[in-house]
Amino acid sequence: MACSIPLQQSDRSMPGLSTLLSMRDIDKHFQGARALNKASLEVGAGEIMALVGQNGAGKSTLIKVLTGAHRKDAGTIVFDDKEVAFASPQAAQAGGISTIYQEINLIPYRSVAENICLGRQPRRYGLIDWQRTNNEARRLLGRFAIDLDVRQPLAEFSTAVQQMVAIARAISFNAKLVIMDEPTSSLDENEVKVLFDVMRQLRSEGVSVIFITHRLDELFAVCDRVTVMRDGRTITTQPMSKVDKLQLVSAMLGRDREDVRVQATGFRRSPMASTGGEVLYTDALMVGYRVKSAHVEVQSGQIAGLAGLLGSGRTEVARAIFGADPASGGEIRVLGKPVHPSDPAQAIKLGIGFCTEDRKVEGIVPDMSVRENLTLALLPHLTRFGVVNEDRQREIVDRFIKRLAIKTTGPEQKIKDLSGGNQQKVLLARWLCTNPKLLILDEPTRGIDVGAKMEIQSLINELADQGLAVLMISSELEEIVEGADRVFVLSDGRTVAELSRGSIDAAAIMHAMAHDTPVTGAVNPVP
Amino acid sequence: MSEAQPIATNARLPAVWPRLRPFATLAALLVLLAFNLAVTPNFVSWQTLNVNMTQVATIVIVSVGMTLVIATGGIDLSVGSLMAISGALAPLIFLSPFGLAHPALGVALALVVPVAAAAAFGFFNGWFITRFGVQPIVGTLVLFIAGRGIAQVMTNGNLQVFKNPSFQVIGLGRVFGVPVQVIIMLILVAAAAWMLRRTLLGRQILAVGGNERAARLSGVPVAVIKRWVYTISGFCAGIAGLVVVSINSSSDANLVGLGMELDAIAAVAVGGTPFAGGQAMVVGTLLGALIIQLLRYTLLANGVPDSAALIVKGAVIALAVWSQQRGR
Repeated sequence: MACSIPLQQSDRSMPGLSTLLSMRDIDKHFQGARALNKASLEVGAGEIMALVGQNGAGKSTLIKVLTGAHRKDAGTIVFDDKEVAFASPQAAQAGGISTIYQEINLIPYRSVAENICLGRQPRRYGLIDWQRTNNEARRLLGRFAIDLDVRQPLAEFSTAVQQMVAIARAISFNAKLVIMDEPTSSLDENEVKVLFDVMRQLRSEGVSVIFITHRLDELFAVCDRVTVMRDGRTITTQPMSKVDKLQLVSAMLGRDREDVRVQATGFRRSPMASTGGEVLYTDALMVGYRVKSAHVEVQSGQIAGLAGLLGSGRTEVARAIFGADPASGGEIRVLGKPVHPSDPAQAIKLGIGFCTEDRKVEGIVPDMSVRENLTLALLPHLTRFGVVNEDRQREIVDRFIKRLAIKTTGPEQKIKDLSGGNQQKVLLARWLCTNPKLLILDEPTRGIDVGAKMEIQSLINELADQGLAVLMISSELEEIVEGADRVFVLSDGRTVAELSRGSIDAAAIMHAMAHDTPVTGAVNPVP
Repeated sequence: MSEAQPIATNARLPAVWPRLRPFATLAALLVLLAFNLAVTPNFVSWQTLNVNMTQVATIVIVSVGMTLVIATGGIDLSVGSLMAISGALAPLIFLSPFGLAHPALGVALALVVPVAAAAAFGFFNGWFITRFGVQPIVGTLVLFIAGRGIAQVMTNGNLQVFKNPSFQVIGLGRVFGVPVQVIIMLILVAAAAWMLRRTLLGRQILAVGGNERAARLSGVPVAVIKRWVYTISGFCAGIAGLVVVSINSSSDANLVGLGMELDAIAAVAVGGTPFAGGQAMVVGTLLGALIIQLLRYTLLANGVPDSAALIVKGAVIALAVWSQQRGR
């Protein structure tokens, strides 16, 4: 197979580089669940190493083991020719490993200089020597050709500059290795370019970088090698010059192109099923930085899949249609009428329901009963003069508990005491009882055990057969391939492919996910 | 077919405790009563009951609104100042030339306008907090400070002394021997408890407090709900202000409702409403206020000075919060 990566023979050679970090056979368990399974990672001195993988692949756990935030169960870590086991991120920092997180851990209303030098400001007579502090900060930022007033509060500057400050702080500890965990997720294209220049500058000074990102284009723009993780294992390490995006995608998803198991889900889409009129149509949809031009279409009786890698803008598209985070441009039509929902309540009136990907944070009201949670969206229609008709409420709740086979001791049980699968069923029922025209499902089976997963999938299948329009986001290729009647693939905020019945297969979807977009981050002078 | 243990929960530890919690407050009250029956001289008398009930009524009235605010995860520091505004407005109305010329209408307006004004200020709190996304503790701090100033400006800082029996029914009147403010208190407690259980507003208040993001994604108008609870809180404070000035036959903008926000918050805490929001124990708040009141009375009646009583009050609040943490 031409495009699959030889999994066992990782390319460990690093011509002209000595090894700075070598993690081997790292194991880590969390309450019985295996998070890392003999994972390994090697980084050369002065190398930019990309670390990629799906959600839950073990990237963050591996990094946390390295920096001492988690303790490893087994394995060895050799850093700078010494075997190490850092007790805490502070110890790792003192040992030469600095980490920059997605959310910047700085103090917004203190000056840039203070942020850079915090904790070890030069002193004179017991007081902070501001002049030396400021000079030191200017010197560190100067390495990246960044010139700004270091006495200004950090909050006055853009996210990109704040990111630079975090990096300047990181290398001021004489870091030999800088770990960047999705640093680009809140940056615009120009800011990303500046960040890449900084990374190249670090490399030229002999500092190594581990770069975690979900945007594949960025890897090719700036990285030397890439390590792919999946299911707690290190799958492969390759020089960037020897892989293409499609190979990366299939390594991350763990699929060779034709190798998607048959009937692994509860979906049974009939190829001949008839569909009704258009329910949802969006075109050139823009949301924030992330979504630049999204197009999706769903007809009644149809399940439309929305696929794409993490960070491609899938969730943002769904939330914009539902009015949770309104679109900044483009067209949305619901049942043929142009709409601009700016609040979920408006979308609900249009007949839209939305199951969020984060059940705990945005779905359930934990301390309320199954009954209250199930009828939360319908409640305004169950009232007369503001008083809830409890008989009708109970009748509806009983009906849906029965119909969806929700396992509960009764309608009055608190929803937080249900299993994940049953919580998800309650949330589905929350929308189904409003009799929606369109149901948007964001990762409807994430974090749910296998049995309940199949049940929920066949339920979605049945609902579509009864005429409901479903827009389904899923990271699981099987779910999209077997469950969707048509598929829209997003890449970097754009719909790059539309597949219809017959042409939906794993290969085509992965091909589209790896779609080529203009590469950002060519060498540029810093503004 | 599906999960092995569908209803598995925190069944390990004290599963009974959360169910017993509401009764813990009641039990504490009963212990206090029993102690008094045994120790305090002349405890069983109509007068003791009257003194305690009339004193606790204003705290409970304010605490009902506070309970609703806290159920949404907020807090209302402005209630004491809104009481001062309401208490200052009432005599201004019935002592005005218009109020003296039309005594009946004057008294009616003196009962309605101040309460409406306090509710309007409460609405302002809610608007300010939701419009600008301000922390409730900061948002209501504005009127906590400015509200008392407004009351003082309205009265030029003067003490207003009056004698107006038909207005003062609200603080001194009785129906079948029961003080009017106690009746008002009981009506408000019952209304709030019913509202939380049976109405759309009540259920949405608890949903907003329980998980604001989930509530919004389910179409609950979060900002509207929050404005409602602060408006209701202002409304309750307005009534309490009228009760206080009519008991005193005078209105001093510097003193009416002073420190009331803290008494109300304490009553809610002792009553078992969690400050994270999502639950509201209105009857618990009533019991909480009664406990604090009875405790103070017990200590005073047994010769413990007021200053020492404050320490005990603090200890009781600490105990209540501790028992709530245990209940988690």
